[in-house]
Amino acid sequence: MCLAVPGKIIDTEEMDGIRLGRVQFGGITRQACLDFVPEAQIGDYVMVHVGFAISRVDEDEAHRTLELLRSLDLLAGELGPPPETP
Amino acid sequence: MKYIDEYREEGIARSLAARIARRATRPWCLMEICGGQTHTIMRYGLDDLLPAGLRLVHGPGCPVCVTPLETVDRAIEIASRPDVTFVSYGDMLRVPGSKLDLFRVKAAGGDVRVVYSPMDALALARARRGRKVVFFGIGFETTAPANAMAVFQARREGLDNFSMLVSHVLVPPAIRMLLSSPRNLVQGFIAPGHVCTVVGWEEYEALARDFRVPIVVAGFEPADLLESVLMLVAQLEEVRTEVENQYARSVRREGNVAAKDMIGRVFEVCDRKWRGIGTIPGSGLRLRQEFAAHDAEKLFGVGGISAEEPPECISAEVLQGLKRPTDCPVFGLACTPEHPMGAPMVSSEGACAAYYQYRRHSIPREKEA
Ligand code: SF4
Repeated sequence: MCLAVPGKIIDTEEMDGIRLGRVQFGGITRQACLDFVPEAQIGDYVMVHVGFAISRVDEDEAHRTLELLRSLDLLAGELGPPPETP
Repeated sequence: MKYIDEYREEGIARSLAARIARRATRPWCLMEICGGQTHTIMRYGLDDLLPAGLRLVHGPGCPVCVTPLETVDRAIEIASRPDVTFVSYGDMLRVPGSKLDLFRVKAAGGDVRVVYSPMDALALARARRGRKVVFFGIGFETTAPANAMAVFQARREGLDNFSMLVSHVLVPPAIRMLLSSPRNLVQGFIAPGHVCTVVGWEEYEALARDFRVPIVVAGFEPADLLESVLMLVAQLEEVRTEVENQYARSVRREGNVAAKDMIGRVFEVCDRKWRGIGTIPGSGLRLRQEFAAHDAEKLFGVGGISAEEPPECISAEVLQGLKRPTDCPVFGLACTPEHPMGAPMVSSEGACAAYYQYRRHSIPREKEA
């Protein structure tokens, strides 16, 4: 429940007053809110928890952690399925 | 030991374990708070790598597990209404209330949906203005800024069909409760890395000072946990009681200021009941009065529902590190992950479930010095 997954910001946009980014976690891409990491830019790595980036992390660390989560089969579970269209 | 072999950093883990063994001259008892860390320890058998006198006990750090029975009953009551779309993190669906769980509400035709982020619930509320969309807002400090932001955004957009059933819990008051107990055995704490990523560790400094106990903020990987054990043992052997940060790659002392600010705008501290433990003063978050229009507990009038835990369950002692899951007479018999009777069996991060998943074949296996 308190896991966070590191991913790379590949683009950002502003929607309904919120700063959103597409974040790549290995092969999986998800949208995440970037309002809590105002300093993070495209290309930066962030730790994402329930769709919100909560900290910036170093690229090498991010890759190592991702690999571990993948080897544990935790990655997909932690990111969940893509959101269903309402 | 079985699982550590699969881990490519096995060498690092073994050398850390050897350093811990050299450093520890006396028996020590340490507690990891976070259920994710409990899971890593069990998964890799890290406790088996430690010297015989060094005990790791498992804390109450699984927010799914400690969500009170009556809160689950309230969620079920709301989710059963025909005008409601009830939205939750997946982990909460199989948590048993006193009679039902949310899965069964869904199976019986209830509109219950699983999302990965509270923002997905908000999107549902935007798309379905005719439905009352209720999000089950549980979690520790890690999850609080996300849930707070969803409510904040709902008000900003005037989404009056979005509300949240809030049952947030806070870690430091729970540590304070454990340390205040005359039965406490814990001499050092592994603090949860992602909770501290959000709130920082200033509150932990007060705990270290008031109770003269060392605390190390740690990550979630095997090497993180062993390194934090080494740091705690070094402090204990040197009679130091500081807060140290093993998880510097994500955590800063002040935490995430923007996230803390959002928590403070939307939530306020309240007393909170923890499943299996009881009420801990100042250990929860609830919506501020100005967000009452998005407070599902008020909107649906479910605040009066209450419930009792099954008497066989010894989870109060398990969650405080006083007993092991395997000390429970119904562990693995009447109580299994498929039919959990108590809090720590309901989520894979609970101590009983972690023992069940990784240790039930090697019981009895007490190795205490
Ligand atoms: S095994 Fe089940 S009944 Fe026993 S303490 Fe754990 S959750 Fe409670």
